[in-house]
Amino acid sequence: MSFSVPANLEAELDELATHYPVKRSASLMFLHALQEHFGHVSKDAVVWTASKLGLQPINVQEILTFYPMFRQEPLGKTHVKVCRTLSCALAGSGGLRAHFCEKLGLDSHAHVAQTTPDGKFTVEFVECLADCGNAPVVMVNEELVAKAGMTEADAILEKGKR
Amino acid sequence: MPQEFRLILKNADLPGYAPDMECYLRHGGYEALKKAVATAPRELPDGKKQTSQEVIRDEVLKSGLRGRGGAGFSAGLKWSFVDRRSGKPIYLICNADESEPGTFKDRQILHKDPHQLIEGMVISCWANDCKLAYIYIRGEMPKAAKLLNVALKEARDKGFLGKNILGSGFDCEIHVHRGAGAYICGEETGLIESLEGKRAYPRIKPPYFPAVLGLYMCPTIVNNVETLCHVKHIVTMGSAEYAKLGTPNNTGTRIVSLSGDVKRPGYYEIEVGKVTLGELINHENFGQGLKDGRSLKAIIPGGSSSKVLKAGEVFKLNRKGADGQMTKVDVPLLDLPYDFDSLQQAGTMSGSSAIIVMDDSRSMVEALANLSEFYAHESCGQCTPCREGALWMAKGLHRLTHGEGRKQDADYLQHIAQNIQGRTICAFGEAAAWPVLSFVKKFREEFEARGAADEAKHASGGAPMKMAASPKH
Repeated sequence: MSFSVPANLEAELDELATHYPVKRSASLMFLHALQEHFGHVSKDAVVWTASKLGLQPINVQEILTFYPMFRQEPLGKTHVKVCRTLSCALAGSGGLRAHFCEKLGLDSHAHVAQTTPDGKFTVEFVECLADCGNAPVVMVNEELVAKAGMTEADAILEKGKR
Repeated sequence: MPQEFRLILKNADLPGYAPDMECYLRHGGYEALKKAVATAPRELPDGKKQTSQEVIRDEVLKSGLRGRGGAGFSAGLKWSFVDRRSGKPIYLICNADESEPGTFKDRQILHKDPHQLIEGMVISCWANDCKLAYIYIRGEMPKAAKLLNVALKEARDKGFLGKNILGSGFDCEIHVHRGAGAYICGEETGLIESLEGKRAYPRIKPPYFPAVLGLYMCPTIVNNVETLCHVKHIVTMGSAEYAKLGTPNNTGTRIVSLSGDVKRPGYYEIEVGKVTLGELINHENFGQGLKDGRSLKAIIPGGSSSKVLKAGEVFKLNRKGADGQMTKVDVPLLDLPYDFDSLQQAGTMSGSSAIIVMDDSRSMVEALANLSEFYAHESCGQCTPCREGALWMAKGLHRLTHGEGRKQDADYLQHIAQNIQGRTICAFGEAAAWPVLSFVKKFREEFEARGAADEAKHASGGAPMKMAASPKH
């Protein structure tokens, strides 16, 4: 098996597991850390997490498929999450999402995460990002872009293409 | 003049205010914790003795503090339900899974003033003898999670957290736990399952009341971010002073999230019940009114799960007259005091205190279709009425908004919603059903007209009705 977790990350995860009286509790935090490092959660990562926490792989697999933020496939380098829910929709997030899709040649009707063939972008329609006063909002990787209009969208695209 | 009253957000937006320890200490930080752990036991007039911890718990009860997460339940009573004789550890969990559409108040505290939350949590832990606590923060707030971890380390270094806090002999540890994008984790038993490393399937009550059988089957307190911050201020001010803020049975302050069709959306902290819904939307200190040339159509008053209110509605509210007698008084929508009880009497709720305003340019069919898609996506899938029903409603509304509607869709939607509410393990069933029930009830003509127009179009054009696909998830 070619899957290996760097020693410093493993040490960090071992420390994380000590935060809980029951090790299984750490599984979400493990998946977050592994996804951050590898870009997605592979089958090998599931098996590795299960063995670290004394679980069956299904115990980890079932949370991987339940929580929307975890990914089983690699994503684009720039992950654009456009908020779909009411306040952002009222402020035009539908058009904003369509703008991203059209500029990148993606299906502007699909809500699911779509990645460009060159692996540079993933565009996704997500539920409420809890910043409705700044609608419409977009999350670009870990950054929240408030009051995002077409100008902001084009700036995000320009930056991600580089 | 109606205005903000900033207690929780007193410092957060001051120029130069930073989320670090030094800044927090300069603004009087951790003084409430010092006061709490130095609380003396007391003897009540009836001869009953209270330990220091009981004094703090009693203060929180007397303050009238009600949960700021959504249910508005008395925080002091919630604490009083905790099984303290089981011999098991008692856990405290801060619910920072802010996800109710329209709500963005906890975000302000978490990003700008994390130490205030930590101080409130340590006091609450001390008062309830919790040695281990967690902050369950939604996955989409990675920056706040990092800020909290830094703040927790600072608190440990200063002796406000960890072993023997401030020399009191009390040990307490707090850890940050990140969610991963599931709305259902805001439901407290779903949150607990998630914190145990499982799918966030809410637990059935009875028997799984968190106060008795919570995290790891131990007694557990789950409180919202804002609620825990209030504990700090109750300790500082004393319950009597605190209860002077707000209105009777609706004490203290509350951060209102205002969004939608207003000129100045944003978060506004008010004394509960001292400002009306109309003032929040129209007054220059708050929303500054609707966009030019527009008039009000509908208000969602307490997060997307609360029942919608229609412009022009008048409600019968209980009011105490000068003679002390309760009488029913007519109160128009915009004159409703923004508090827990008035909105409940108006047939809705203040929920997570998130107001979404919609003007006359908006289609209620489109708005409900948007919300129903949210609930269809977020149902955890455990209970059949909710898992299937939420999806049916979303599909029905998708048809209705994509030219394939029918006149009877209004009845169809109501029928499904009625078969979800009350038939599920957790309150998500109601959260999914209430918007549908209220939108269809109050704007029925709009739903019927849309369906009838589609039917007429198909009848005249002769094109057969075809089932439109639901959105691709």
